[in-house]
Amino acid sequence: MLVKKNTFVRLRMYVLSPENRAANVPKDTATKPLKMWIKGRLNHEAELFEEAEVTTATGRKVKGTLKEVEPKYKHNYGEYVEEIQKMREIILSEMWSDRDEQ
Amino acid sequence: MNNKDNIFDRINDIMKKSVGIDYSKFEKPGIGFDYEAMMTDSGFNLKDIEKIQDEAMVGRTPFFELHNLTEYARKYAKKGYGARILLKDEAANLSGSFKARRAAISIQMAKKLGYKGVVAATSGNYGAAIAALAAREGLKCIIVQECFDSNNLAQPEILEKARACESFGAEVIQLSVGPELFSTFLKVLEETGYFNASLYSPYGIMGIETLGKEIAEQSMEKYGKYPEVVICTNAGGGNLTGTARGLKKSGADKTKVYGASVNLKGLHMASDTDFNRKSFTTGHTGFGMPFASNPDRSDVPRSAARPLRYMDKYFITNQGSVFFITEALAVLEGMERGPAGNTSLAVAFKVAQEMKRDEIIVVQETEYTGAGKHHQPQLSFAKKNGIDLIFGNPEDEVPGRNIVFPKSAKDLIIEEVSLERLQKSYLKRFKATTLTNQDLVYLQEELSINNEQLNRLLEEVKNTEESNERKK
Repeated sequence: MLVKKNTFVRLRMYVLSPENRAANVPKDTATKPLKMWIKGRLNHEAELFEEAEVTTATGRKVKGTLKEVEPKYKHNYGEYVEEIQKMREIILSEMWSDRDEQ
Repeated sequence: MNNKDNIFDRINDIMKKSVGIDYSKFEKPGIGFDYEAMMTDSGFNLKDIEKIQDEAMVGRTPFFELHNLTEYARKYAKKGYGARILLKDEAANLSGSFKARRAAISIQMAKKLGYKGVVAATSGNYGAAIAALAAREGLKCIIVQECFDSNNLAQPEILEKARACESFGAEVIQLSVGPELFSTFLKVLEETGYFNASLYSPYGIMGIETLGKEIAEQSMEKYGKYPEVVICTNAGGGNLTGTARGLKKSGADKTKVYGASVNLKGLHMASDTDFNRKSFTTGHTGFGMPFASNPDRSDVPRSAARPLRYMDKYFITNQGSVFFITEALAVLEGMERGPAGNTSLAVAFKVAQEMKRDEIIVVQETEYTGAGKHHQPQLSFAKKNGIDLIFGNPEDEVPGRNIVFPKSAKDLIIEEVSLERLQKSYLKRFKATTLTNQDLVYLQEELSINNEQLNRLLEEVKNTEESNERKK
């Protein structure tokens, strides 16, 4: 997919390969590369998942792999959590049950 | 892809340029430095700080009694016991947390010293605070976050913080798990020449002194006395340090200052697998313990956050207890806040039960909630990551494996941490150092203990090490 110049995108880059990771990191971390993500506007037309350069919000020019076009915020309030409902009922009952019985 | 270009060779130079403070002038011969000289070097007094914060829409937050939670706690207290639980609603600050107090002073300094922008390494509320205040001053802003594990899975809470920063116009650099974030941070400082808005600079701490001052004044005004106890959620130690200093400067020098952290024992802070098995990204022992016993492990040469100087007691609680009290705050007081900032509230709920009814315990912060940053998404996320959510004895909680909620408010747990253990851990690194009299005085100040106690602890540290040697 060809992405137009000036499109707002998210890049990913590798900062450290596993062999270059700090000596003090635990094993499970040391076997993984250190990755970085930065958003900005594309400085040129580019292919998705190919190398690209962006200008960031502070005006820095950064190169990396084009990973996402017009990245959206995906975080939300999650699924229903039964345990929260149960806590709510416990708290309300412990606090007000004397009153409710009257 | 290589770290052989050693940015750490240039660290002192980068720090000096980016913090605007020459830390070397506070160093004393031996191990110590002049803490008070560092804290007063900016020339700002509390009045100046208040003025800066007033103009930034920061501070003077509501202070009130949590009548229902106080009543709830009293149900499980002995007759005549159950202190009034008061809350300082710090979520009312610009950007939604007490961190705006710290950011206001840092941003003011950046502006005053002529920097074009600011950089902060933070995955927490401080990022949003710096970004919001930088926006008001027309400064550019870069926030460096540890956000994802190696499977690109992010803590929802941190994603929300990134969104908040971006909404204030900041650039957010997100990284996968690892302490090497610090070298990326240094590179960004070097490349941009921006101000290092460290949480641990004197500015970062001075800003919180007003929080202590407001608590002292508001308590005196409403109740005709200073609170018996002020309790702070403790991570990097700045919150506790600044609050305690502010209380003391405002006459509340008899008020006890307690720290509170969530117990995340067993989870490694730099572990890729443990990263998303935490349900708290701050306010936990993974920061609280090491930063207390080694404050200078921060991102500036000398941290202004030195909790062992000010902490009268330190308590830990479990994740389930904090979630329980977070829910109670919502359904009994109509306040959606936290959850990490409610760690001190969970501890206060128990501590209040051991205090007399006419006494006052102040929970000195709250934080905003939103999508991702709320106990609902955080517990949903935990479940998805295979963490068992159970009701039972909170003492059975194994961080990273399960979260144990109490079946009743009477079963919330707290445990007092031995300050001596932290003091000894602080002293360990000096076990082979020949300490001068000046060093010994410095250590007494650092640990808030007398000469006799210090000598005993030093002796104990040496003996433990020797017996460990023998065992080998």
